Amino acid sequence: MGKLLAGLLLVITGVSAAVFAARIWWLPPDISVLGVGIDRQMGETMIASGALFVLSQLVLAIFIWQSSDTSKTGPPRIFPGGATPMVVIATLLVGAEILVLTLVGTRVWGGIFLSPPDPHALAIDVQAEQFAYYFRYPGEDGQLGATHPELIDDGNNNFFGLDPANDIAARDDIVSGSLVIPVNRPILLNLHSKDVGHAFYVPDLRIQQDFVPGLNIPLQFTATQIVKKEIVCTQLCGLGHFNMRAYLDVESAEQFQQWLRDQAP
Amino acid sequence: MNTRKLLYSVVLAVGATTSVAWINSPDAPAGTVSGTITFTGTPPKMRPIDMSKEPSCARQHSTPVQTENVVTGPGNAVQNVVVYISAGDQPGAAPAEAVRYDQKGCEYLPHVAVMQVGQRLEIYNNDQTSHNIHPLARVNPEWNKSQPPGSPPLTSSYASPEFIAVKCNIHPWMHGYFAVLTTSHYSLTGNDGKFSLTGLAPGKYTITAWHEKFGSQSQEVTVGATGTVPANFEFKALPY
Amino acid sequence: MDPSPALSVGPEQAHRVEPAHSGHGPPRGFFRKHVFSLDHKVIGRQYLDLALIAVATGMVLSWLMRFHLAFPSSPVPGLGTVAPTAAAGGIMTPELYLALMTMHGTIMVFFVLTTAPFAGFGNYVLPIQVGAEDMAFPRFNMMSFWVTFVAFLVLIAAFFVSEGPPISGWTAYAPLSALGKDAGPGLGLGQTLWAVSIAIFCVGQLLGSLNFIATTLDLRTRGMTLMRMPLSTWAWFITSIIGLIAFSVLLPACILLILDRVAGTSFFIPGGLVVSDRLQPHEGGSPLLWQHLFWFFGHPEVYIAILPGFGIVSHILPVFARKPLLGPRVVIACLVAIGFLSYTVWGHHMFLSGMNPLSATLFSVPTLVITIPATIVVLLWIGTVYGARMRFTTPALFCLGFISVFVSGGISGFFLAQPSIDTYLHGTYFVVGHFHFVMGVAAMFGIFAGTYFWFPKMFGRMMNEKLGKLHFFLTLIGVYCTFMPMHYLGLAGNVRRYSAFTDDYMAGSLPLHKFITMAALFTGAVQLIFFINLFYSRLRGPIAPANPWQATSLEWSIPSPPPFDNFGGRIPTVTHGPNEYGIEGQPDYIMQATLEDLPEHA
Repeated sequence: MGKLLAGLLLVITGVSAAVFAARIWWLPPDISVLGVGIDRQMGETMIASGALFVLSQLVLAIFIWQSSDTSKTGPPRIFPGGATPMVVIATLLVGAEILVLTLVGTRVWGGIFLSPPDPHALAIDVQAEQFAYYFRYPGEDGQLGATHPELIDDGNNNFFGLDPANDIAARDDIVSGSLVIPVNRPILLNLHSKDVGHAFYVPDLRIQQDFVPGLNIPLQFTATQIVKKEIVCTQLCGLGHFNMRAYLDVESAEQFQQWLRDQAP
Repeated sequence: MNTRKLLYSVVLAVGATTSVAWINSPDAPAGTVSGTITFTGTPPKMRPIDMSKEPSCARQHSTPVQTENVVTGPGNAVQNVVVYISAGDQPGAAPAEAVRYDQKGCEYLPHVAVMQVGQRLEIYNNDQTSHNIHPLARVNPEWNKSQPPGSPPLTSSYASPEFIAVKCNIHPWMHGYFAVLTTSHYSLTGNDGKFSLTGLAPGKYTITAWHEKFGSQSQEVTVGATGTVPANFEFKALPY
Repeated sequence: MDPSPALSVGPEQAHRVEPAHSGHGPPRGFFRKHVFSLDHKVIGRQYLDLALIAVATGMVLSWLMRFHLAFPSSPVPGLGTVAPTAAAGGIMTPELYLALMTMHGTIMVFFVLTTAPFAGFGNYVLPIQVGAEDMAFPRFNMMSFWVTFVAFLVLIAAFFVSEGPPISGWTAYAPLSALGKDAGPGLGLGQTLWAVSIAIFCVGQLLGSLNFIATTLDLRTRGMTLMRMPLSTWAWFITSIIGLIAFSVLLPACILLILDRVAGTSFFIPGGLVVSDRLQPHEGGSPLLWQHLFWFFGHPEVYIAILPGFGIVSHILPVFARKPLLGPRVVIACLVAIGFLSYTVWGHHMFLSGMNPLSATLFSVPTLVITIPATIVVLLWIGTVYGARMRFTTPALFCLGFISVFVSGGISGFFLAQPSIDTYLHGTYFVVGHFHFVMGVAAMFGIFAGTYFWFPKMFGRMMNEKLGKLHFFLTLIGVYCTFMPMHYLGLAGNVRRYSAFTDDYMAGSLPLHKFITMAALFTGAVQLIFFINLFYSRLRGPIAPANPWQATSLEWSIPSPPPFDNFGGRIPTVTHGPNEYGIEGQPDYIMQATLEDLPEHA
């Protein structure tokens, strides 16, 4: 019985680890500047944790195998040194791993969420709602119109509650259902929600951030490739959550300018 | 303006007119009220809808679909106006046939569905994506149901007269209206803004024209035994 | 209770010398005996029965979800008949999927993982293990169960309201959960019932926790020092302290949520929200306040679910290894450390919630540090297996399986504890795989180990070992096939809580989802073996002796099943710790208490 369990644990461990190592299901290629750090952190954690996983299951399986040997008699053997080596191993091994991961990881995290916004970043206003995203760019005046929740009228494309009748700045605002951005230029999103909690997740950009009703949350990134990818919601927001998405359209600087001109109302 | 939609509205308007004619006995004296709905001023510009979120719908339209809050036709005609008898008429029995409401290419067809109290409403999903139908009723009970692709049609009916805004939460641009009326005499204007209420017994009536953006206007008319009484409505439009 | 001056008490002995008077005589009549019983053993079994009903319900809900995920456009067999509106023609609507998910999570976390290992086994075993006749407050104890039962009924009632069950997940994030029916189907009366149910549940658990703490501190018998308490009792004791703090935060949070929903307050709802074209009449609240309150409860709740498992494994493993547990005092220290640290880590659920990003780095550190005591305990278990003469009974197998799945689930925590990696993995199936292993499966293995171990004591009959072993091996294979692939999905960015994967990049995950569904259905089917074993053995199992496992703790010194007052009016005197296994000669163990003059069988 013990040998069966030990063998089964080895098979489970081997197969599980092999599928990780084969990278059949893995992160999509990174298309952002900051993704490099996250990928490195992920790789290091994968190796350290993978080693711990295989090692601990292996030792468990070996001990189970040995303990199923019924030929031995006499009192059972106590682990050499008792509990002390366990405490020391766990503290040193895990402690060292924690220390390294925290030190490196904090820099990566800080790079995304704690660095001051780039003054040359392209600012885009993002509103999440049940169950879509809308992106707002300032028009030629370079100014965004003020928003008035009571004026929101989805059926008339007024997703942000703009007041073009009284607010000149709002008249040339460009509202799009896709996030169109120029490549290699820092982007500064201003995330806000119309109704409930949502999230902004682009696996290819290695970036994710919740929308919190009542808050404006900045999020910055730089895309490095001309691609079209999906933005999906990861915060449960109601029945249409599974279908809440938008497309991220990374274009060349010229194409982007042309797109802006085409969108002018 | 989308030709298919235009066709649809015309068919519906004609259908409504003929059904009304059918209900009333041809021998009884019957008059008609007809006219045109127009606007003055500058109506808001209808804007293209960005359906990029739902590629399966966006593919179905070669040119972007426009918003439909204020749809106008030649000669300042206003489309999608429900003209009906708001006073002076007996409540009509609900017709046996159901009102069909389609979701196709992430649009509501028709934009305004007119039905009588108690009349069956059938809602179809012709798309490869899930829709949710959320009629924002205030007088009638409000409900909100999803309709995944391949589901059987949703059926419903309303017990009280009401103009109910309908929305799809999954596709926020999808907006339409249910007009639930007690009378069997109603007409929905097409692109020419014309309406005609036929088969009216002689008497005094109040006629109301309702538009989702412009609101309601009423006038009193007196219908004789035969002939057509003209009644026109003019809405004031603002660009924003 | 005054200590009697006539009896001298040694310094190593607890302060109490009289047996715990349960404050109630033998039960009379059917209702007092089986329904509104004051007996901790009956209440413990009632909790376990409730958990059994709840786990069966929760499992069926998960099958429906898994079926839909693997075959999104196929009608679910029979569903069209059961839910003609939410699944017309058997085709599941997204709101039904989310309702199933919400109810699955709520039922499993609250009514299975909290009731069975903690309230169920704790109630049954803890008083006996400390040598008490009953809990300190038997009437509170009875109330605790019946309050929990009412909470379960209120939750289940949400299935039958016209707008359907809630769809906001077991975490019920505001403002989705607070806004009412404008926010979607299921968020009307169903969501209110959810909040009421959880509030009632909190009351039940607070009564239970107080009882556990009082019983452990005040009703220990002669000689039962704290350090002589079995580790299972230690774990329940620590869990009850965690529960006392956690549920006393969730209770007011639920009350505030109910007020937002029915009384028009705005604790969790900010101003200017437009939901379904309607400007909401609220302002000034904070959605993050709900998240902080919920996770201040929610993370400790993970330990409420798993620490009793730690205790059960630490208690059972030496019995079948026939050797003392390695470092029992270290295990106790680790349990205390985990209990303390569990209150410092809640922010790791909120790295991306919009709270100050600086606090993410601060919450990350204790989250990683809490793995140190957990690792120590795991190594001590593995060290206990070393050199053992393992008796591979079913409870022993589940203990060993517990170690394996806890390690698997714990290690993926290294990823999620780091904000920088959580940026990618948050909200994906990686998280689902992680918590199902570490909290769901591990805790379930603890429950199974406890069931196979204490069943003979509870019912006086042995469970079938062959069926038990079959159940163990098939379950072990099943859970790994179900939950390990979820980590792969997460790495590929597959998002959780989706009723269908319509996105281009997630479409490729469908084959893996099909595999997981097959594995989940298989694992579910295997549980039938357990159910059959449970019911068959209760009626037909071989008669169990008082101490079938040759274990040392007090529950094995009394007949199986025990009399209503546990010790037949005697005072058990404890002379040894619970860990006296593997000594020279026969028998190879020493009982904790002396009760020689008691009959072996009832």
